[in-house]
Amino acid sequence: MLDDRHGDAFVAFEHVQKSYDGQTLVVKDLNLSIGRGEFLTMLGPSGSGKTTCLMMLAGFETATNGEIRLDGRPINQVPPHKRGIGMVFQNYALFPHMTVGENLSFPLEVRGMGKDERQTRIARALDMVQMGKFANRRPAQLSGGQQQRIALARALVFDPELVLMDEPLGALDKQLREHMQFEIKHLHEKLGITVVYVTHDQGEALTMSDRIAVFNDGRIQQLAPPSDLYERPENIFVASFIGENNVLPGTIEQLDGDRALVRLDGGGVIDATAVNIREKGQRTTVSIRPERVEFKPEMMSQGAHTIEAQVMEVIYMGDILRARLKVAGSDNFVMKMRNTIGQTRLDPGQVIRIGWHPQDARALDPI
Amino acid sequence: MADAALDPHAAIATTASGVGSGTLTTADGMPLARALAHSQRRARRRAFLLVLPLLAFILITFVVPIGQMLARSFHNDGFSANMPQVSAWFASTEHGTAPDDAAWTALAQDLVASADARSIGVVGTRINYDMPGTRSLFTATGRQVRRGLEPPYQEALLEINEAWGDPRLWSVMRSASTPVTANFYLAAVDRTRDEDGNIQQVEEQQRIYLTLFWRTFWLSAVITGLTFILGFPIAHLLATLPMRKSNLLMILVLLPFWTSLLVRTTSWMVLLQQQGVINDILVWMGIIGGDARLQMIYNRTGTIIAMTHILLPFMILPLYSVMRTINPAYVRAARSLGATSWTAFRRVYFPQTLPGLGAGAMLVFILAVGYYITPALVGGSSGQLISNMIAQHMTGTLNWSMAAALAALLLGSVLILYWLYDRLVGVDNLKLG
Repeated sequence: MLDDRHGDAFVAFEHVQKSYDGQTLVVKDLNLSIGRGEFLTMLGPSGSGKTTCLMMLAGFETATNGEIRLDGRPINQVPPHKRGIGMVFQNYALFPHMTVGENLSFPLEVRGMGKDERQTRIARALDMVQMGKFANRRPAQLSGGQQQRIALARALVFDPELVLMDEPLGALDKQLREHMQFEIKHLHEKLGITVVYVTHDQGEALTMSDRIAVFNDGRIQQLAPPSDLYERPENIFVASFIGENNVLPGTIEQLDGDRALVRLDGGGVIDATAVNIREKGQRTTVSIRPERVEFKPEMMSQGAHTIEAQVMEVIYMGDILRARLKVAGSDNFVMKMRNTIGQTRLDPGQVIRIGWHPQDARALDPI
Repeated sequence: MADAALDPHAAIATTASGVGSGTLTTADGMPLARALAHSQRRARRRAFLLVLPLLAFILITFVVPIGQMLARSFHNDGFSANMPQVSAWFASTEHGTAPDDAAWTALAQDLVASADARSIGVVGTRINYDMPGTRSLFTATGRQVRRGLEPPYQEALLEINEAWGDPRLWSVMRSASTPVTANFYLAAVDRTRDEDGNIQQVEEQQRIYLTLFWRTFWLSAVITGLTFILGFPIAHLLATLPMRKSNLLMILVLLPFWTSLLVRTTSWMVLLQQQGVINDILVWMGIIGGDARLQMIYNRTGTIIAMTHILLPFMILPLYSVMRTINPAYVRAARSLGATSWTAFRRVYFPQTLPGLGAGAMLVFILAVGYYITPALVGGSSGQLISNMIAQHMTGTLNWSMAAALAALLLGSVLILYWLYDRLVGVDNLKLG
């Protein structure tokens, strides 16, 4: 399923570049293979090129250079209506002058399908999203969540193998969004379709995807399953874009395989795992997740280096306690502690020593 | 108590107290509906005062004059007011009664009185509307009777002019003896009454109005169609081009609005006339021979071309305002669902432009139906519309009743069209901007 070889890829981008104005590249040399049945998310800030990639795959934008293949077939010259790709749009794009049933009937009619088969398929697709009773309503009479379901049913009703989703949950409130995330995920598993999903919401990406491609500045920064992406970011952009993160600038003092000793700019020496660092004396930025920071000696590995930290404030957040620390001269270092009965309560002004497992501190390229 | 009622919040907050008693009341027992009306009265009154000047302006300058004008189409007392005695005789006798001595006496005395009051011309004009050529009968007779008229009046009048014995004249005078008449409407649809009062068509060479009505509606439909064909792509461009380019295009669309109608029409004359720019170019390119120059103005073609140009913005602007709101994602969605670009246009894009199209077509058609200046300048004889005939009656023949009847028919048919549109498409679907 996660096979990355070009030959087996269901969707393949090869050296794809895109420019709108002939001056700058919006997508710079994109290489991406998506396996059959995979749920791949393109995640990135706005302007990172992710939506452009989706539009090139759908056929609404043409690649300036490079090749896009669908099931082994180059599709650069294939018009959108012949690609057979289902698509869910940001604001649903349900045709306002048609009923829900007519909306779903549209892709079947343009394929010349008979009336009986259309009825069967429409009923099946509506049942799939639990909207069976709404065939005669107009889109304007539905709530946002219901419109979202109809848009999903419309993209699936003609049995496409590939479905593209362009921030489909962006307009929904938080609770509904989380609910729909699971529903889309379950539909994907049930139908075995391939999904390419675009979002700027990292939580959504982590929840739903088999793999996530993090976009920035027209390039894929990292392509990995959610857990890898979160726990083993490969560069400082991914580390800071996904989840909350502490960054400590410093210089490599010792390098032994992937184990590094980093002298921080603000004083102190820490252990870290070298990721994209090659030699001693190089500048680096160490990234540590707030929930992996420890302050109790018994929780730290033997012989690990610790550094001094001063508690600036502790914020009670219900499930966790969030402490802001002053570490190595910078006072926005964050540590998260689980709110358990036995948890040690810290007070502002208190001085503690903090440490971590060397594999959780990742020495990345300098900012 | 009044203070409490004036505060809408007080009314809302205290609704619960009155739930048990059937109708809701405020805390101090005032019915809720009345309290609400009372609390909003001040704001309403102020709003009404703001629109009062406009209301007065419209009443004085629009509703009253138009109402008066329309009243003329069925009310004309030119005969009945100046010929009271003979009008009384008509009122007391059956239709078709031959004039007896009493009738001739009444007619003679009325003629003398009217001639003395110098209103005989008005009387003659009124009869002349229904029976062309009779005005001079009245004025000439008027001159004679002022010199003195002796009984027996029948012989005396017949001696002045034999036409006084014409039964058709008596029939026309009978119909004019009451101020309210449908004759102008009959004339406006090429009908008249014979001497027995039966409605029949006028003679063939006098049938002009129905042809003109038909031509007006037909040309307006053609012009509406042309503005649609020309305006739709422009409106689409306006709605989809980047801001800077679409602003420039918008200025070009609006430019005709800022130019005098006469200048625009005159420039069409320069372009279209037989020795004009377009004919010159066609001859120069060898497409037509120098002796076969096209007649493109002072006929129907000229009216269509010039009016299409002038009315184009009225089609483009409503279309544009609707198209601007159509999310391009709809067409993309249709394409991704398997529709060719033509199908996507036909089934997804075009239906969503219908409110704008309806509004634009309605505007253009109604304006075209009543258009006057352009057909008058470039229409020649075959490009004249019904409004030119109305103007002719207003300023030429001074038959205002006829003008009013024609205008009323025009107004009526436009209202019928509007009603039809409402039944078929729904006026709620109209989007003017």
